[in-house]
Amino acid sequence: MAGHTQPINPLPGVSAAVLVAALILGTLFMVALRAEAGGGFGPADWSALRFTLLQATLSALLSAGLAIPVARALARRRFPGRRALIALLGAPFILPVIVAILGLLHVFGRAGWVSEALGILGLPPIQIYGLHGVVLAHVFFNLPLATRLILQGWQEIPAERFRLAAQLGCEGLAMFRLIELPMLRRILPGVLAVIFAICLTSFAVALTLGGGPRATTIELAIYQAFTYDFDLGRAALLSALQLVLTATAALAALRFSQGEGFGTGLNRAIRRWDGGTPVLDAFWIIAAAAFLLLPLASVTISGIAGLFEMPALVFRAAVISIFVAAASTVVLLLLALPMATAIATGRYGIVELGGLLGLAASPLVIGTGLFILIRPLANPTTLALPVTALVNAIMALPFALRILVPAARDTLERHGRLALSLNMNNWSFFLRVMLPRLRPQIGFSAGLTAALSMGDLGVIALFADAQIATLPLQIYRLMGAYQMQAAAGGALLLLILSMGVFWILDRGGRWHVEA
Amino acid sequence: MKHLAIAAGILTATSAVAADKPELTVYTYDSFVSDWGPGPKVKEAFEAECDCTLNLVGVEDGAALLSRVRLEGENTEADIVLGLDTNLISAAKETGLFGPHSITADYALPVEWTDTVFVPYDWGYFAFVHNADAPAPTSFRELADGDAKIIIQDPRSSTPGLGLLLWVKASYGDDAPSIWADLADNIVTVTKGWSEAYGLFLEGEADMVLSYTTSPAYHLIAEEDASKAAAPFDEGHYMQVEVAAKLANTDQPELADQFLNFMVSDAFQTIIPTTNWMYPAVTPSSGLPEGFETLITPQKALLFDQDKAAAAREQALAEWLGTLSQ
Repeated sequence: MAGHTQPINPLPGVSAAVLVAALILGTLFMVALRAEAGGGFGPADWSALRFTLLQATLSALLSAGLAIPVARALARRRFPGRRALIALLGAPFILPVIVAILGLLHVFGRAGWVSEALGILGLPPIQIYGLHGVVLAHVFFNLPLATRLILQGWQEIPAERFRLAAQLGCEGLAMFRLIELPMLRRILPGVLAVIFAICLTSFAVALTLGGGPRATTIELAIYQAFTYDFDLGRAALLSALQLVLTATAALAALRFSQGEGFGTGLNRAIRRWDGGTPVLDAFWIIAAAAFLLLPLASVTISGIAGLFEMPALVFRAAVISIFVAAASTVVLLLLALPMATAIATGRYGIVELGGLLGLAASPLVIGTGLFILIRPLANPTTLALPVTALVNAIMALPFALRILVPAARDTLERHGRLALSLNMNNWSFFLRVMLPRLRPQIGFSAGLTAALSMGDLGVIALFADAQIATLPLQIYRLMGAYQMQAAAGGALLLLILSMGVFWILDRGGRWHVEA
Repeated sequence: MKHLAIAAGILTATSAVAADKPELTVYTYDSFVSDWGPGPKVKEAFEAECDCTLNLVGVEDGAALLSRVRLEGENTEADIVLGLDTNLISAAKETGLFGPHSITADYALPVEWTDTVFVPYDWGYFAFVHNADAPAPTSFRELADGDAKIIIQDPRSSTPGLGLLLWVKASYGDDAPSIWADLADNIVTVTKGWSEAYGLFLEGEADMVLSYTTSPAYHLIAEEDASKAAAPFDEGHYMQVEVAAKLANTDQPELADQFLNFMVSDAFQTIIPTTNWMYPAVTPSSGLPEGFETLITPQKALLFDQDKAAAAREQALAEWLGTLSQ
């Protein structure tokens, strides 16, 4: 498609990308500017870099690798409760880190359910702490995202391709080679890059599950540089390193994810005639559901008692969190939609890179940079909520782009020529063709952003004062005050709210199609 | 619409302070300002006697708090910084941002307090907390030789974690690395902060967790649960003394002095034990709350003086990383 006229004005998208990149690089620059003579790159940093790369690579490969059979099984099978299962599978992704860790260890820890079950059989408890524990936790967080993204790839293959395949008797390996593999080649690099970038900035999860200082990541070193050493130069240097690593991964993904789409279809509901092996598909669905839902079940069980012990303040925090989530979602859509359409033209891959930077940027650096920027103009504390909403939106941007871009690309490919021949202007193409076609993806990305924003502690801890607290912050405060049970109740409330907004927005986007 | 009104009310409530009253801004750590910490009661009690507005600003933890003040430098909004501990004092003094105080009080600290800049408001001993019905080791040596499992905090991201590092260093000096080497197989994991570690301990992930000798008091007083105990160690226990100071550049010097005086008075000190779960720096006339008498009292209090703490920290951290990263 590249190289000829298209019914899209890329300017808004490019501007949005420049804005995001300016914010991320600008905050980094502000931090570096404030630096005094700082420490350089020591041997400890090299080992942190090695561990960070190792765990992020393994986590990305494993999450995406396992997501393929799970998504394939979900794409091929129809069963009661499938939609609810798909929605629930998204939950680990949106839990606050500390809650997810407790939930995971409730199942896989030394005193966890699995160890207890092994104990009944006379076997020793599982040893969860170590590199494998870190990867397990990251797969727990990212398998659902990878599954959703890949499943979406399957659902975007026009139904006619499957019809034709069925008519030609194309099944199993041939089906995989001719239809599924090309789709995966287009989708997978982006999925890998996103997960790699998320895991790159892991800190508390990597440290806790890693079992000690061997599991030191760059993000921990950044935290240490900021708080204990007040070495802003070092913090900026390490943060720049994270950005370079993510940018490299993103560029590699862009390079590899080129490939032809599947062309036009008539938007029939997808029906599959190839049988596959139901037993194997059932195995993947059940295994993934058990792995992802057991820790959530433990969060629910430990939260139920606390739900009735929570002080009213927790509910006030919940209301604040809902507003922050709503604001984040609006900001996100304003940034992501023009960016996705610009990327869809095929000429502005660099826009996507701008979006991905949001993942690589350490929240500490963005927060501190914004703090330095805002301070001469206003009291940062009074802007705590808007800043949190903005940063949450930028953090969610890479996910939204991964969701929106493939569909935007297909829409342009299918309807771009017709729109040009009808002399449609850019705005009406966007409004009358792009938006309606993207509705399911908009619903999904809005739901994901709202849920992420609700669950993420974000930068609120850097700015908050006594009166303003989001739900995740209030949960941390409860834990800090020994009130673990009330905190568990808060976590359950958060889980319910996040799943609720996700469900509403995601469903809203696809009320007329089968998902 | 109702929710919108509530949110708007929350947003404006903070800015709608009476303009005619003087305002004192105190930067402190987040758990101090939380609704379960001392913050709300302290605010009420001080405002009752100062005819001013006390503005408490929470910043993550003690170390992040110092970073914030350094980031803001001389034109910081803060008049008082409350919540640094003895390990941070020397770094704090180096900034030159803090001014001297003129407070005298009858401190109940196990060590003599002579610092001219920082005023202590509470203190505690680090200790390993365990389930009272299980046997506990009585020294680091016994712990290292036994097979009890512990969860500790990372000294690079947590003040208790740093406290443990100095505790071992103060007890064993140059032999500290060999203790850490023997402790390695006892350590289940190292967490970012206190909350994660304590949460995991309550979930049953370890036999003991690094916390304070006062932790069992919370369970006893707030939850009427006597099942937790702190293990007394023969080497003695390292102390954490939490301090406050006024900024040299404050535009409210009298009010700041008034606050520091209030801080060592009964009104403030009676709030501390059952909200911050630490010992008050000055024992209030009403004594300690019922339940505190059940806590262990270490035979020996360990504490590096301020300058030594900074040097010891660097060395101990390198040793800790070297030993446990292998």
